[in-house]
Amino acid sequence: MDENLLEVKNLKKYFRTKHGTVHAVDDVSFTIKKGKTLGLVGESGCGKTTTGRAILRLTEPTSGQIIFNGRDICTLSKRELKKARRDMQLVFQDPYSSLDPRKTVSQIIAEPIKANKLIKGKEQIDERVNSLMQTVGLAPRLFNTYPHELDGGRRQRVGIARALAMEPHFIVCDEPVSALDVSIQAQILNLLKTLQAEMGLTFIFITHDLSVVNHFSDDIAVMYLGKIVEMAPSEELFSNPRHPYTQALLSAIPVPDLSAKRERIIIKGEIVSPIDPPDECRFYKRCSYACDACRKTPQLEEVCPGHFVACNRLEELGNLNTVK
Amino acid sequence: MDNNLILDIENLVVRFETDDGTVRAVNGLNLQLEKGHAVGLVGETGAGKTTTALSILRLVPDPPGVVECEKLLLDGQDIINMPIKDLEKIRGKDVSMIFQDPMTALNPVFTVGEQIAESIFLHEDVSKAEAYKRALDMLELVGIPAERANEYPHQFSGGMKQRVIIAIALACHPKLLIADEPTTALDVTIQAQMLDLIRSLREKYSTSLIMITHDLGIVAEICDEVAVMYAGNVIEKGTLEDVFNRTKHPYTEGLFNSIPNLNDRKVMLTPIKGFTPDPTNLPPGCAFEPRCPYACENCLKEQKDIYISDTHFVRCSRYEEDGFSIDRKEIQ
Repeated sequence: MDENLLEVKNLKKYFRTKHGTVHAVDDVSFTIKKGKTLGLVGESGCGKTTTGRAILRLTEPTSGQIIFNGRDICTLSKRELKKARRDMQLVFQDPYSSLDPRKTVSQIIAEPIKANKLIKGKEQIDERVNSLMQTVGLAPRLFNTYPHELDGGRRQRVGIARALAMEPHFIVCDEPVSALDVSIQAQILNLLKTLQAEMGLTFIFITHDLSVVNHFSDDIAVMYLGKIVEMAPSEELFSNPRHPYTQALLSAIPVPDLSAKRERIIIKGEIVSPIDPPDECRFYKRCSYACDACRKTPQLEEVCPGHFVACNRLEELGNLNTVK
Repeated sequence: MDNNLILDIENLVVRFETDDGTVRAVNGLNLQLEKGHAVGLVGETGAGKTTTALSILRLVPDPPGVVECEKLLLDGQDIINMPIKDLEKIRGKDVSMIFQDPMTALNPVFTVGEQIAESIFLHEDVSKAEAYKRALDMLELVGIPAERANEYPHQFSGGMKQRVIIAIALACHPKLLIADEPTTALDVTIQAQMLDLIRSLREKYSTSLIMITHDLGIVAEICDEVAVMYAGNVIEKGTLEDVFNRTKHPYTEGLFNSIPNLNDRKVMLTPIKGFTPDPTNLPPGCAFEPRCPYACENCLKEQKDIYISDTHFVRCSRYEEDGFSIDRKEIQ
């Protein structure tokens, strides 16, 4: 039961620019078990979307291994990759720009079915599209509407139906609810959760919204400037964050509850450039605990089962936190 | 009698007359704000939050916008009948606005120092040099080194641009600051910095604040009062405690239940069913009636504000009935 569906090892994605090499994803490793959700959190530019895209080889990884269902995706030929991708789909962030404005809802959902010649015959395809629309909660009357006639929530449902068309086992959801209002956001989150329970889907859930990721994920990996700084089961991460960045990030969430006034950690400065980063902790310049020991790149260490942290001052800080 | 009010709006109606019909953006809104207080204007896309804010500055584009109201007083001055010349003296001086998108709110061809100085030069009786000097002080105040005053907006990051915009908005120490989703485009850690900055500057200059947001968490952090908007109306208003702990309107309840709870991740969310109504075709009576789990026939008639206490009102006719109440699941 508990087998790994996806295993990412030392994934790197560098972009060469005229200013130097951007280390967008720098040595990222994680595994996801079948039917589970890994939340990938971090701020703009931390490499979470690039990681998601590299896993599907939508951007070619610079190096590393992506073992999906026992096969290394990186070594597949074009034809094999096309086959493998049926099993791994993507739901995009922006439901406004990710749907072709000149196609109707049914054409959009049918496109992957036709492209992969999964089902033949117009009637059979229409039938399949109808059942997909029902699965994601789209009324049958929307069959021949165009995306511009739909609101954000319904568009995102179309995007999800399109991703489900190939009956994938694995879906990368790239900020699927960030463009939506809270009440609609809740509808889509519930839909994704129900689909996961019914179809046994495995998700990578990319987001910058920590309350959403906590609600949705089994495990959470926090990224900062191309590296995973902390990774743990959701409850563990929220109750016992160990990395200074995670602590600051968690304390920065505004909570709609008056009894929960807390001490907020405000980190100084802003994210630094990911171009040719020096050999030091990526959080060094903003960290309030930084010292000379931080001037080498920290490695992920397991502090308790399943909980990994990359911080050079972990032991000292661990003591600090318990004292506080 | 109402000398204490910085803002007094009664029965504000804004509609946009377009070729496709009349968009009824704001429908009989009442809003009062005491001096020095901060109110959070909460609601979803299309609830009329930004339109309300623009009406206060009389910036609603006309045509197609039509603004009507019984009363719109800003610090005792009648805004709605004011000549444009006088309005220009008020905008940026007595009331200023921070816009949602820091990437587009600044002029790309002027340095940030010039842009801050412009506002000071226009409103205060100072020389250009003096205005520029004060602009440098403002920059330092919002946490940007004064040396960067001669740089252009594209040289700044999103968070830094938003700091510049805050500096422009506060340069003339306005009595009322309207912040329209000032942190929506920013990352959480930068958002925390901004909220902290707005809070400390507000204390320093005792500015009144209207914070427009869809995030109830931000309201809890920074405001004293909350006004929840739906389909162009304030449907519930009260102090933070009133609205958060003694929630009355079914829509407010729905909003709270839609938010993922940080402490209990196993529960399914309870979203509000359906979608926000089309503002060209609003349902009669309570606009929330088609989505409301408590709806009954009476909801189809016109709604009035019902006062629960001095500070707390709700626009829901079911509270005319004895014994009607909503028990929101308590967040543990």
